[in-house]
Amino acid sequence: MSDANRLDAKLQSALVARLTAMADDELILGHRDSEWTGHAPLLEEDIALANIAQDEIGHALLWLDARSELDGSDPDELAFFRDVGAFRNVRMVELPKGDWAFTMLRQYLFDAYETELLGRLRTSSYRPLAEAAAKAAKEEVFHLRHSALWIERLALGTDESRNRLTRALQRIWPYILQLWQPLPGDAALQRAGIAPDPAELEEAVMGRVSAALAAAGLEPPTDAIPHPGGRDRHGEALVSLLIDMQSVARADPGVEAW
Amino acid sequence: MDPNTPAPGAPPLTSEAVWAALEDVKDPEIPVVSVVELGMVRDVAITDRRVVVDITPTFAGCPAFEVIREAVAERVRRLGAETVEVRRLLSPAWSTDDMADAARRKLHDFGLAPPQPHGGLLLPALEAPVACPRCGSFDTALRNAFGSALCREIYTCSSCHETFERFKPL
Repeated sequence: MSDANRLDAKLQSALVARLTAMADDELILGHRDSEWTGHAPLLEEDIALANIAQDEIGHALLWLDARSELDGSDPDELAFFRDVGAFRNVRMVELPKGDWAFTMLRQYLFDAYETELLGRLRTSSYRPLAEAAAKAAKEEVFHLRHSALWIERLALGTDESRNRLTRALQRIWPYILQLWQPLPGDAALQRAGIAPDPAELEEAVMGRVSAALAAAGLEPPTDAIPHPGGRDRHGEALVSLLIDMQSVARADPGVEAW
Repeated sequence: MDPNTPAPGAPPLTSEAVWAALEDVKDPEIPVVSVVELGMVRDVAITDRRVVVDITPTFAGCPAFEVIREAVAERVRRLGAETVEVRRLLSPAWSTDDMADAARRKLHDFGLAPPQPHGGLLLPALEAPVACPRCGSFDTALRNAFGSALCREIYTCSSCHETFERFKPL
């Protein structure tokens, strides 16, 4: 009996929803990062961010492959032929790439979240999820080191870099809570030992982030009004991102190789 | 002709023959090392003349993976396999410790500093001194933790003043 068949129908559909959310976060963030290719402020950063983008898209594939084992869906079909209303990424990753401070802050916050998430998923009772998490966690080490260093550099750099980082923090903070906002099926996944407790995840990520910000002489904004929507609500930014990301695949659907 | 009957003169299809043939399949991004030396091939199973090969990706987003998968299938088909299935296996996650010593030597001769074995202690491995593959000096510094491919990072050597890449410990 396969791992997927061992789960009852309710757990299967809860896990499909959770994996879709995780994959969409990575896919959309990876695409946003890729928009810097050829445009980053330093050649070395151009290379770094292109690598990170490729890793994140690789992680999206890990989660979509795991979803495929559950419902037979096709990862390419999901990435390139789903319409905006079917995406389940958090708002944070779809926001336009902004300036370098915004890009690095978003990357850092996501890396901190992903590091803590993967650390917990490695002990998931659902074996394919634990295996994929162990794989992605090794790559995430490089991302977090890189983005954390940039937070320090921007915060302790010039007035200009610090101001930009502060503005980015204010811009992004209302969206951060969405990262651990539970989906309807998450409680069942948690009870089955498949996915972590969102409250405990939040505490771990916030502990990590607050410490890093404090070390750089920054504080999380206290007056941010949390974005109210769930993962099914998107902004115009995702519409234009998808038009760009999906245009090649949609120009010639069914083609076997590009 | 019964498709299970090998072509006349075809060597017997053994697991050893498949492993040996896969030494011909190189990583397209590092054409000096084979997928076997890299430790990507996890298992070969043969039933009659139907072959299943399990391979594992180095990095999850490695764009060379599909090319490698097709090359593995093609190489095994040429041995006279009736069907070849190449499966993508994630566990245990690939590590640079899975590389053969021969692969490390070939990477070095290719101009890529090889990853030293780390026994799972990745962070110390990332901090450890790296020898320049050109002049052997340890007076080198990390320039960028990301390089021209997912598996590489960029160093500069203060002795010979060359820039070089290292295969990232993973």
